[in-house]
Amino acid sequence: MPLSRLLIRNGRLIDPASGLDRTSDVLVEDGRIASLTPGLPANGAQTLDAAGLIVAPGFIDIHVHLREPGIEHAETIESGARAAAAGGFTSICCMPNSIPVNDNATVTSFIVERARRSAVVNVFPIGAITRDSAGEQLAEIGAMKEAGAVAVSDDGQPVMNSRVMRRAMEYAGSFGLTVIDHCEDLNLSAGGDIHEGATSTRLGLRGIPACSEEVMVARDILLSQATGARLHVAHISTRNSVAMVRQARAVGLPVTCETTPHHFCLSDQDLAPYDSNYKMKPPLRDPADRDSLLEAIADGVVDAIATDHAPHTGSIKMQEFENCPFGITGLETALGLTLEALVHSGRISLVQMVRLFTTGPAGVLGLDRGTLAPGAPADITIFSTDREWTFDVNQSQSKSKNTPFHLRRFRGGPVVTIVGGRVVWDHR
Amino acid sequence: MPSNLLGIEELGREQIQALLDRSRCYQAMLSQPVKKMDLLRGKTVVNLFFESSTRTRTSFEIAAKRLGADTVSISAQGSSLSKGESLVDTLNTLAAMRPDAIVIRHSASGAPHFLARFLPTAIINAGDGTHEHPTQALLDAVTILDHRPSLEGLRVAIIGDIAHSRVARSNIHLLSKFGVRLVLCGPAPLLPPELRLLAPCMELTSNIEQAVAGADVIMMLRVQLERQHETALPKNEYFQFYGLRLEHLRLARPDALVMHPGPINRGREIASEAADSPRSVILNQVENGVAVRMAVLEQVVCH
Repeated sequence: MPLSRLLIRNGRLIDPASGLDRTSDVLVEDGRIASLTPGLPANGAQTLDAAGLIVAPGFIDIHVHLREPGIEHAETIESGARAAAAGGFTSICCMPNSIPVNDNATVTSFIVERARRSAVVNVFPIGAITRDSAGEQLAEIGAMKEAGAVAVSDDGQPVMNSRVMRRAMEYAGSFGLTVIDHCEDLNLSAGGDIHEGATSTRLGLRGIPACSEEVMVARDILLSQATGARLHVAHISTRNSVAMVRQARAVGLPVTCETTPHHFCLSDQDLAPYDSNYKMKPPLRDPADRDSLLEAIADGVVDAIATDHAPHTGSIKMQEFENCPFGITGLETALGLTLEALVHSGRISLVQMVRLFTTGPAGVLGLDRGTLAPGAPADITIFSTDREWTFDVNQSQSKSKNTPFHLRRFRGGPVVTIVGGRVVWDHR
Repeated sequence: MPSNLLGIEELGREQIQALLDRSRCYQAMLSQPVKKMDLLRGKTVVNLFFESSTRTRTSFEIAAKRLGADTVSISAQGSSLSKGESLVDTLNTLAAMRPDAIVIRHSASGAPHFLARFLPTAIINAGDGTHEHPTQALLDAVTILDHRPSLEGLRVAIIGDIAHSRVARSNIHLLSKFGVRLVLCGPAPLLPPELRLLAPCMELTSNIEQAVAGADVIMMLRVQLERQHETALPKNEYFQFYGLRLEHLRLARPDALVMHPGPINRGREIASEAADSPRSVILNQVENGVAVRMAVLEQVVCH
């Protein structure tokens, strides 16, 4: 059988893992990176001209919701993977809050199998910490790992019982799995709709106080210290949380964190009143919190940018604000927003940005991805830093349209997405 | 775009003044023996109340009828919302029958604003959750103006469950636009410091004596236990620290007015002696509600 070969020509190659940033060709053979050398001959390979574009390792989003099994009218593994590809992601990690919850190897295997058959990008399931994410009995973490789970989390139903969380960290840690926590004290946040502050007071909406996140970040850091387990703080959103993670890292604890484009691009002052496309958890915080995220990204406290892509159908987002579910889609707007808020604004370099989408998230979960080194799987994200485009939610690959970024204009975004050597998305 | 009345916050001082002036015209008319007019003859006003209400609902209905409009009143219990229809679908259904205005009260903050984005019909907010109750603030202003030449420079104390009060929010917006010095008073869990950001130069205190000292107007609010997830305070001692009693009235200006949007809970936030004292204008507020709602309906429907 002939080798399948793809030659990507004249792109600016950025591979933080190997410290590369130069114009070069990339040769892909049989799904793996074969060579990074300028001026390679085509020798019959399919060629792709990347002049003027950035060629980076495939982007990894470690926080998405795919809604399958159970809520397939909002998203499927197939449609979510397509949205990921269109957004420049080659690997996504899906949270366990499907119906049924991914709390055992059967569900994990179902997701892996569905992804193998239908997804154009790599899909790595995240298992639940507790059975049914009910916060009481530990889920079958070892068996889920064997079936393909890459981390554990109870995401939106965070473990309130600190003793259960301690045992989860000890147990998951012994399998080498990172524990991802959506840090929220559900008693402090009960009934809240948006960030507790000036905007919630003005709109008469119930508040989700910053401290509801911070007390759990503090708890989890202490438990990580006590157990030695790797803790990953999902969608960090407040300045005090950032300060605690920064301090934990300074003393060498295995604590990482991610932030989402909407949290570092928007604050509660940008919220369109009673528009549920601005309703998510954690909520858009105040401008000082957003600024602390921008700072933490710039100085390396934040490891990864993740979207928390949370599709919901129009009918359930089209209700009284307090009855609408939390969450917005994010896979297709992440790169445009990040370029705008972080790179074009001069806060971080392009290399730093690529790190936040590749080696950063891969490191958080210990995924063997995120580099263009010869021999690595040929997951490649080719993007532009200057192509002008407008995001139209009606053209979205996701089955859901809940985003505040409809008709937003961007400078730069994904162009070609390659997974395992195969072009799975091409915007040209 | 239909003309709506969603809140006081977005109104300018001139727009509010125009409504107040018009209300005072209707006030005079309502003291005539024949109170019915035909300004809105042939128009239809739907009153849609998803929360229980006696005074606001009756007041809107009487106001519409006095202007000659046909009225239909619907409560959530008898509507298709109890059959699982969404709020938007219910409202679209009603809008398809081409009423000239829909008056809505709803327990969700922003429900009228949400509907106004999708409906072709004019919407009047008759109270949304813990957000705004614009006609209440207008009628409160008219009531104060029955006893004072102007709002400018008055000291008004709003006392009680400020956090959950749509009446407080609408009054804060209205009174602060007219140069009133506002004092907000309540137990700390019901008095979030962010309230200061609603209007400039407000005083916040948890001491009722301090709040009523030198006040021209004392507005009492009900403790909205139904809007609290858990008891934010020990309710049995509420009256001891935040209930308005005659001794407090002695600290206020001698001609101070006592107001309450109702329904009042005697012995909870206000003593009977205070509610029934000659200073109390609680029933005048109710009376003025009709004139204010006539002015609002006229403005919205005849826009």
